[in-house]
Amino acid sequence: MTWASIIIAGILTYLTRMTMIALVDREMLGDKIKAVLEYVPSAVFPAIIFPAIFINDYGAFIEMNDPKIFGAIVAIIVGYFSKNIIATILSGLISYWFLIFVVFS
Amino acid sequence: MLSKKQLFTKGMIDISPHMLSVIPFGIICGAIGVELGFSPYLVYAMSFIIFGGASQIVFLQVLSGGASSLVAVTSVGIINSRHLLYGAVLSEYLEKLSLIKKLLISYLVVDQGFAESNKFFKKNKNEQHLHYHLIGTGCTMWVCWQISTLSGIILGSFVPAELGLKFTIPLTFIAIVVQDLKKIDHLIVMITCGLSSLLFFDAPFKSYIIIAPVIALFVASLITRLKK
Repeated sequence: MTWASIIIAGILTYLTRMTMIALVDREMLGDKIKAVLEYVPSAVFPAIIFPAIFINDYGAFIEMNDPKIFGAIVAIIVGYFSKNIIATILSGLISYWFLIFVVFS
Repeated sequence: MLSKKQLFTKGMIDISPHMLSVIPFGIICGAIGVELGFSPYLVYAMSFIIFGGASQIVFLQVLSGGASSLVAVTSVGIINSRHLLYGAVLSEYLEKLSLIKKLLISYLVVDQGFAESNKFFKKNKNEQHLHYHLIGTGCTMWVCWQISTLSGIILGSFVPAELGLKFTIPLTFIAIVVQDLKKIDHLIVMITCGLSSLLFFDAPFKSYIIIAPVIALFVASLITRLKK
């Protein structure tokens, strides 16, 4: 039963990936839609970022002094100026570690 | 004009920094599956069949929480529906490919790969074999995902939970969008999406992951109208 649902979930997932690539061509998308699609990364990724920072494992909002908020702010500043993915991730992670292991321990 | 091999390599290079978050997350994913009591084969098969990080964890958590498989499958479908948006963006660059190539490449479309290849596509619209960049990012993600989930399954959670490596996931996506913060229109769209995702976090089937982008794209469409 679980196997069957994994396969169905896999087919569904594949359909979400394939549908637009295989069925849409340029003529179908007007300039207006294309202009809006420019915003897809900005319109999707914060829905991954915000809950991962502001909501904890138990589905509750975190306190405003949570180390994750500090880590995210450091990552944003470092990422903005360095334009470097590795520096962004490491600066955020290390500042987060600094708070949980050194300051709050 | 870059060769296919150069484009493929460029894709691999562009995606590789994200492995800092993908690999720990893969290990966690594999370990959680086994800890929840599922067979190792089943947990691994998901990496191959579904190939979608967060949705795999949710699937197993929903099932082990006692919900029906219908709920689990629906959740996966809804969480992964964001790929429809990625596909709509990518279709412009992939339209010249044969149907069979489109069908094969589709399997490799994942968040970070889409983000990096889309950035590359925008700057190099005239390259002839652009899709090799997407194959490069997709294959790198695929190989790292298989290896990391597999090691999580076999070795268990050898990455201590105290390290909080799950936090690298939002960081990796911050790295993707951070340069667009200086554009006020993008900033508005991002804040709309982020706040909507928190507002609708408790919506059924994790549907906040697609509700928030739809609201944000609606705001984006208003912005494009105002711009004219």
